[in-house]
Amino acid sequence: MELQLTFFLTLAAVLFCIGIYGLVVSRNAIRVLMSIEIMLNAVNLNLLSFSNFLDSGLVRGQVFTVFVITVAAAEAAVGLAIVLGIYRNRSTIDMESFNLLRW
Amino acid sequence: MAFSLSNGVQVMVFGILAGMAVLFALGVVFAESIIYAGFLLAGLFLSMSGLYLLLNADFVAAAQVLIYVGAVNILILFAIMLVNRRYTFTPLKFGWLRNGVTGLVCVGLLSLLVLTVFQTPWPITAIESINAIETIGGHFFSDYLLPFELASVLLLMALIGAIILARREYILATQEKEGLFSLLERPRPQLEPNEPTLKR
Repeated sequence: MELQLTFFLTLAAVLFCIGIYGLVVSRNAIRVLMSIEIMLNAVNLNLLSFSNFLDSGLVRGQVFTVFVITVAAAEAAVGLAIVLGIYRNRSTIDMESFNLLRW
Repeated sequence: MAFSLSNGVQVMVFGILAGMAVLFALGVVFAESIIYAGFLLAGLFLSMSGLYLLLNADFVAAAQVLIYVGAVNILILFAIMLVNRRYTFTPLKFGWLRNGVTGLVCVGLLSLLVLTVFQTPWPITAIESINAIETIGGHFFSDYLLPFELASVLLLMALIGAIILARREYILATQEKEGLFSLLERPRPQLEPNEPTLKR
C-alpha cells in the first residue's frame, strides 16, 4: 500500500467542511478568520496533491500555492485590522451584533 | 523527503499527520477559549507543513512554516490580545436550528466531495524526481511573471490598508498642539484599574 491521491483529497475535503462549519457557526469574529485560514489550507493541500500526482514534472500547483499563501497573508492582515476597527466602534466582536448594513 | 521513505512509513506518517490536522482543526472550531484555538491553529499549520513535505513540496512547506506559523498566527494571537475580553454571547433564538442546518449542509458537502474524489478516474502520472525550488523559480520569472509582480503590489496594498484601518482615528478639535510630524490620534480613554471585564 502506498500513498494515493484520494487520501489527500479526502483529507482536504474534511478540513474544508470543518472550515465552512466554523465560518458559519462561530460568533467570535477572530474565530471566523481562523476558519477561513483552515479552508485556505485545505485548498492548498488540494493544489499540492494535484501538483505531485498529476503534474510532477512542472510543479505548477506549487506555484499557485505560493500565490494562495501570499493572498492569505494579505487577507489575514486586512481582516484583523477590520476586526479591530469594528471592535473600537461597537466594543464587541460578536458576529451577530455586526448589523450596521442591515436595511 | 518522501522519496527516501518506504511506502509503509509514508502511509503511517500520513495517517499521523492527517489525524493531527483534523483534531487541531476541530479544536480550532470547537475550543471554548479563543486563545487555545489560536494555539491549536499553529499546530494545524505545522501538521499541514508536514503533509506538504510528504507531497515533495519542500519549498512550500518551508514557506508555510515561515508565513503561517511565523506571521499569520502571531498576528491572530496579537489580535486576540487586543480584543481580549470575556464575552458571554447571548444565545440566539434559533441558534440550535442554525447549527443543525449548517452541520447537515457540511456533512452533505463532504459526502459529495468524497464521492466525487473516489469516482473520478484521475490521470495519475509517475512521480518524477526534480529540483522543485529551481522549477518554481523558473516559473516565477517566465510564465508566471505578471502574477508574481501583482502579488508584490497586493502585499503593499495590504500593508498600507492594514495600517490605515487599524490606526485610531484622530479628531482635530480635541487634538493638542503637537509637533509637525507627530501621529495624530484620538486620545486613548483611561482604563479603570479594576475594570471587571479585563480578565486574563
